[in-house]
Amino acid sequence: MEVEPPVAAPSSPLVDEDFVMVEAGEAQGAAKDANPAAGPPPAQVAADEDMVVEIQQEKRPEIKLEDLFDGMDSDDDDFQSSSNPLNVKEPVEEEAYDPSFELLRIYYQRFFPWRYMFQWLNHSPVPTNDFKHREFSLWLHNDAVMRYQSYTTSDLFRKDVLRLMPRRIEIGPVYTADPRDRKTFRNSTAFVPMAKELCFDIDLTDYDDIRTCCDKANICNKCWRFTTMAIKVLDTALREDFGYHHILWVYSGRRGVHAWVCDKQARTLQDHQRKAIASYFEVVSGKAGGKRVNIRRPLHPHLSRSIDLLKEHFQHDVLETQDPWASPEKADALLLQHIPDPDLREALRKKWDASPGRPSSSKWADIDALAQTGAVGAAFDPKDLLDAKQDILLEHAYPRLDIAVSQKLNHLLKSPFVIHPGTGRVCVPIDRDNLDGFDPLNVPTLQGLVREVDAWGGGETTDGGVAGAADGGAGGGDGGGGGASSQEVKHVQDWEKTSLKPYIEYFRSFVTALMKEEREAAVKRERVEDGDVEVKVESLDF
Amino acid sequence: MNRIDIKRRNVVDHRKKQFADPAYKQTQYPHRLNFYSTPPTADITLEQFEQWAIDRLRILAELEACSFRNKTPAETALHMKPLLDKYLPLDASSSGHSQLQAQRQKDHYSHFILRLAFASTEDLRRRFTRVETMLFRLRFQADDSRERAAFVRTLNLDWEPVSEDEKRELSPQLATTIGFGYGKRAQQVMDEEWCKVDWMRVPDLIEGRKVYVKAGKAYVPGREQQSMVLNAFTKRLEQALELTARALPRLDEDDRLTPILNHLSKNFIAPDSSYTGSGMAIESAEISARNIDNLSQHFPMCMNHLHRSLRRDAHLKHFGRLQYTLFLKGIGLNLEEALVFWRSSFNKITDDTFNKEYRYNVRHSYGDVGGDSNRRSGGYSPYSCQKILTEHAPGPGEAHGCPYRHFSLENLTTLLRASGVTDRAVLQGVKEDTESQKFHMACNRVFEHLHKTELKRAKDEGVMTAAQLETIVHPNEYFKRSYLLKNMNKQKQQVDVKMEG
Repeated sequence: MEVEPPVAAPSSPLVDEDFVMVEAGEAQGAAKDANPAAGPPPAQVAADEDMVVEIQQEKRPEIKLEDLFDGMDSDDDDFQSSSNPLNVKEPVEEEAYDPSFELLRIYYQRFFPWRYMFQWLNHSPVPTNDFKHREFSLWLHNDAVMRYQSYTTSDLFRKDVLRLMPRRIEIGPVYTADPRDRKTFRNSTAFVPMAKELCFDIDLTDYDDIRTCCDKANICNKCWRFTTMAIKVLDTALREDFGYHHILWVYSGRRGVHAWVCDKQARTLQDHQRKAIASYFEVVSGKAGGKRVNIRRPLHPHLSRSIDLLKEHFQHDVLETQDPWASPEKADALLLQHIPDPDLREALRKKWDASPGRPSSSKWADIDALAQTGAVGAAFDPKDLLDAKQDILLEHAYPRLDIAVSQKLNHLLKSPFVIHPGTGRVCVPIDRDNLDGFDPLNVPTLQGLVREVDAWGGGETTDGGVAGAADGGAGGGDGGGGGASSQEVKHVQDWEKTSLKPYIEYFRSFVTALMKEEREAAVKRERVEDGDVEVKVESLDF
Repeated sequence: MNRIDIKRRNVVDHRKKQFADPAYKQTQYPHRLNFYSTPPTADITLEQFEQWAIDRLRILAELEACSFRNKTPAETALHMKPLLDKYLPLDASSSGHSQLQAQRQKDHYSHFILRLAFASTEDLRRRFTRVETMLFRLRFQADDSRERAAFVRTLNLDWEPVSEDEKRELSPQLATTIGFGYGKRAQQVMDEEWCKVDWMRVPDLIEGRKVYVKAGKAYVPGREQQSMVLNAFTKRLEQALELTARALPRLDEDDRLTPILNHLSKNFIAPDSSYTGSGMAIESAEISARNIDNLSQHFPMCMNHLHRSLRRDAHLKHFGRLQYTLFLKGIGLNLEEALVFWRSSFNKITDDTFNKEYRYNVRHSYGDVGGDSNRRSGGYSPYSCQKILTEHAPGPGEAHGCPYRHFSLENLTTLLRASGVTDRAVLQGVKEDTESQKFHMACNRVFEHLHKTELKRAKDEGVMTAAQLETIVHPNEYFKRSYLLKNMNKQKQQVDVKMEG
């Protein structure tokens, strides 16, 4: 095999192995083989055209294969139109999200990180039951949901997705047997969920009573801060309290964020343990309007640490940015109602009625100021006030989780890297070390990616790239150039040419670290087993 | 040496063991408590077999009833004591009771007989584990502390003690979990026996943030040992029941035991019987989509609140829809009417959205779609109070659950007033009930208040027997009783007939 793995890190044996595995299984490798041999490297300007050609080459053998397997399929029309760059580009120029098959097809074919997704779920380069028995559910365009899909290799997965073009892929648990065979088990205990990442879901709609900038499905960078706070608190607790290391935060594409805790121990948690951990993080509960934080004193170490983490954010991101208590009604429902001392409550109300429009941060400061000047009743206890203030802080800043997602082993959750059908944004992972730098409104979108890859010039010379893109668009690229692809272009993946790059690279490093740990654990196990074997051999000798 | 060793090992080869004579030895019971890890092997008579099982069953059924009525642990213990003494006495080793071994044998054997009876289905297994754990907890709490410690030691649970140094280092954090603020009572931390376990072993302590966790290890104070022992008990029992279930088919060979076991397991189903829609519908009532508003006066607060929320928001969240749909199914609303009801109630959405997002769920609740088992059993049963109280506490924006349990006092009072409960004494009573966690009592109190006159008349005229007026533990029962009482005049004839049948 002369072919380089399409991704960097050739030193890693994992990558090599996987590549060989995939290639051996599929005829697709042959097409790639042919590529570098075909002709001299062309000029820079032609780079884009090459790219178009390359897609076609990738696609042709695939369609043939499919035909072999599926018999007569009506895919040919799609293929024809999708290979025509004119069709591809039109919706891009309109700037509107077009959920047509064409864009999705391009995305799944060229951008979706199949290999890392596979490694992430499989925990090993060779397909294991972790992947084979994993449920995927595909949401099709006619709103049908295909549940209990499973695939033996990442390539079959890719192929099936390309065939069905789901607008959404969800990931379920690993079952005791292949989910496709589930109907063949007579008793229900033979087919049960065994393992799944421990998941958390934070949704900004749950913050509607304290967000002032947006509501419902809308978000902006101001209210995104709530998510940032939530991630910080959860991530810290999961690491420090529960000792997990492999926590993947994924933007859900619109208004929320998912966490996937991938440590082996977390994956094998049972429902009651998941419920326990979810309740551990459930501080804000009940209906809006009532007292929503009911916690015991003295504060649990997790809560006192969370308060320390949130203090700064509460002051800036909640009080100053959101100004949640601007109106008297809000101030009453969210703030005054929780002040324990009736006299103090009255004094505050009077003061705020006198100066309408007083900002929340001043109102917050007023509480202590008035309490100190003695506007309190006889039974006033400063400790009660402190407790109340802590409760208020938690109500406004502590993560609000959709607890149902975390509790059940067999709960499905949207996969990372799918396209959110409403916004066209890619559900990208969030780097927790650069949490504050994440901008949900600026993540790659489907249209953007296609545009970026078209604009990519192959090298640093962007002007050439732009020219090439225009060229490729006009030229129609009906494969005239044949296999004239340059070697430099060859091993640059399409996603590397776009703003998706940092996200996939982050995901790759996450997956690599996860696999490394799994492998080390496996080696350890093997050693133990080896020990056993040796003993047996010994006894057989006699 | 090795040669001999191998030969010895061959003796325990399972293929040979199969034909070896069983070497039973009389089981000894050094402790009052039992984890039931070894099955009994001695002979007992068929009468003993049945009688012991029935005695134990009686205890378990009563225990389940206690949890059903939301009795506190102390009340349950009080209630159970005479029953336990009568049917399943178990004395401490120190009591020097002459029947000690016999008592323990009965406890041991009856447990295993019931295992056979209740291993057959998933549902029975789960309930059996639950009540057995309750019984174990009751006994564990009542046990003499020295004997309990001795018993726990024999269990070989892998708890890692926390060293003095570690205690000192973590004392600020540990102090918060035993109820003392930092600094004040560092000594208490040092005095307590702490142990470290994987947090997964003590999910209920994690759930309530009752222990300190660090890097996956929970630091459990000595007094919380109970929860760990109970978890171990439950877990082992669950596993053992799975194994029993697998072995059950072979039991068919003995035609003396199977009828007894079947009979036992049937008895166990009775107290918690699911509420079947058809049997409970009231024939004379017009139960249709457009009549729900009118009928809602007979609904308990939980359903009343759901109905109000639905009318106010023209929407309910998932668990609210589920709870309400099943309730409506229980009062006799058929599927077509249910779909009409939900469609017309969700009047802010389009037909398309309704069909896409809600229709399926309603049909699923009725068992019209879904897996085989769902269709065969006609969908889910209406939720009992027990289920509503314990499962899926409502989150923000959700209207399901039990108002007595999940509402703040102010919200509850507002709701009650809106529903016509204005009597101060009743409201005060409800407040006390909810504070002492007797949510049923609160609900029944409200019921009695709202149906004061009718109840009095019913009693005077002897329309309803005492049994029909016992504590309500199911929302559908609430509706049925309320409806019958309020329509006594119209219905008297029919009611008489119905109640006898």
